[in-house]
Amino acid sequence: MKGLSKLIITEFKRFTREFEGLFFTLVFPVILLLIFGSIYGNKPSDYFNGFGFIDVSVPAYLGMIIAIGGLMSIPISVASDREKGILHRLRATPLRPQTIMLAWIIFYFLITLAGSLILVATGKIFYGLRFQGNVFNIFLGFTLCTTSFLTLGFMLASIVRSGRTANVIGMSLFFPMLFFSGAMIPSQSLSTVIKNIGKFIPLTYVVNLMQGLWFGNAWSAHRFDITVLIAMSIVMGSIAVKIFKWE
Amino acid sequence: MPNVIEVNNLQKSYGKLKAVDGISFDVKRGEIFGIVGPNGAGKTTTIECIEGLRNFDKGEISVLNLNPIKDCINFRNRVGMQLQESSLPARLKVWEIIDLYASFYDKSLNQKDLLKKFGLVEKKNDYFSKLSGGQKQRLFIILALLNDPDVIFLDEITTGLDPQARRAMWKMMIEIKNSGKTILLTTHFMEEAEYLCDRVAIIDNGHIIALATPENLVKNLNGCVQISFLIKEDFEIKILESLNGIINIKIIDNKVVIHGNGKNILLDVVNLLSESKIDFTNLNMKQPNLEDVFLELTGHEMRD
Ligand SMILES: Nc1ncnc2c1ncn2[C@@H]1O[C@H](COP(=O)(O)OP(=O)(O)OP(=O)(O)O)[C@@H](O)[C@H]1O
Ligand SMILES: [Mg+2]
Repeated sequence: MKGLSKLIITEFKRFTREFEGLFFTLVFPVILLLIFGSIYGNKPSDYFNGFGFIDVSVPAYLGMIIAIGGLMSIPISVASDREKGILHRLRATPLRPQTIMLAWIIFYFLITLAGSLILVATGKIFYGLRFQGNVFNIFLGFTLCTTSFLTLGFMLASIVRSGRTANVIGMSLFFPMLFFSGAMIPSQSLSTVIKNIGKFIPLTYVVNLMQGLWFGNAWSAHRFDITVLIAMSIVMGSIAVKIFKWE
Repeated sequence: MPNVIEVNNLQKSYGKLKAVDGISFDVKRGEIFGIVGPNGAGKTTTIECIEGLRNFDKGEISVLNLNPIKDCINFRNRVGMQLQESSLPARLKVWEIIDLYASFYDKSLNQKDLLKKFGLVEKKNDYFSKLSGGQKQRLFIILALLNDPDVIFLDEITTGLDPQARRAMWKMMIEIKNSGKTILLTTHFMEEAEYLCDRVAIIDNGHIIALATPENLVKNLNGCVQISFLIKEDFEIKILESLNGIINIKIIDNKVVIHGNGKNILLDVVNLLSESKIDFTNLNMKQPNLEDVFLELTGHEMRD
């Protein structure tokens, strides 16, 4: 695994020097939370089973941050690195493909985690965010969800040819997913039709699992979500490994 | 001298296009070997097959007795490459890039020395995107030399550089050669091949059409020379075509360029021009170069 730690550090440097990634992963979800928080507040209500708007939104927004990584950050940056010939240059060294893959996975996992922690901290500081789950379980669930979307991201990155296409495809998957999955609007307020469409949207299972674990549900209450996410990781991960191209 | 690179009957097609059609050559230790040819001749395809970066259809390649694809990691630790089409992250600093690439190799040279040698010390904290074309190329050379390789591949290292930067690059190449390394390079500048290379393979349409030292290639031209002059008024090319030994005549704006051979060709041309009362200035005769070799062998110019 020669070069692994340097590669991860390099990705961090690039990330902090470019506005877009920073904004979407770290700032955008927080701004949304602050806007909606200032409108709805976080008073406990029967509508949310005794919790407030923010309490329900934060775990759903975790899904949004996870989706940003998989649908936008990864496909866009990998495809444009490939398009520019940055990957071609890397390939001319003894760097092993597994090493760079692992570096990307670790890096995107860490920034998704960082974005999530900032979001949770914002909720806690400004709105006294309530949490009823188990920290270890939520971390485990978060890891599963992130993995499934990272693999989706690498699959998309293998299919698209240019950074620009990645951008278009990423956006056109991201916003509908956000809407239909309940990541943006609490699922309690979604109509049955939208909820039914949501069943075909991977992000729905992320939101279900994160919200469930957040409020202390047992794993057994989420068998189906977990099955879908694991299947997604395996299927898309193997497709990505199979069709990934450096040029 | 032992062969460092051996290429035997290399073939590679893209769909129906035969980009490389049965190329064979050897490169000896310590040589600068040049592959020259016009755009689309198959230079990059050839060198990238040898570098193990492209799959090919047929043929055998061995570099330092290694198979570039099967012994990939070992091979890449012992060679250095500069690629025609590649890039580095815009928002990384020069030193960060070198430091990152050094971490991929088993061993690497002192980074400060390399920066100094290639005149990038002052630029080491600059982003890659802020470098000039020549500085970028020098950084790519540093990356190609970072692991102290035995063999270096350079694909059009001087394309896009101004003449001064190109000369400076040539000096660096000679220094690298003098440090005992073997270089395989491609170029479409015949002048560059003549200046740098111990041996040259001229390729056109995926074939090697000549392979020898630059001197021998030129010598085989039987004293072909290039004569050029400027004219004030239009005139009929045809009257020159009747002369003995004319190979080719071209008019570019008001400049006439003649290729031909024979002892008296200059005299014949001048006589004919004055007999026909054609005003001319800036008369020039040039000894043949590789450019002329190409023209002679293929019947067309390197750059049309
Ligand atoms: N990846 C590819 N897919 C399809 N055709 C290709 C590909 N790469 C090269 N070709 C074609 O193969 C031929 C040889 O290309 P190559 O890049 O090897 O030429 P070259 O001698 O390096 O040219 P240049 O001086 O422009 O760099 C060209 O006709 C080119 O269009
Ligand atoms: Mg080329």
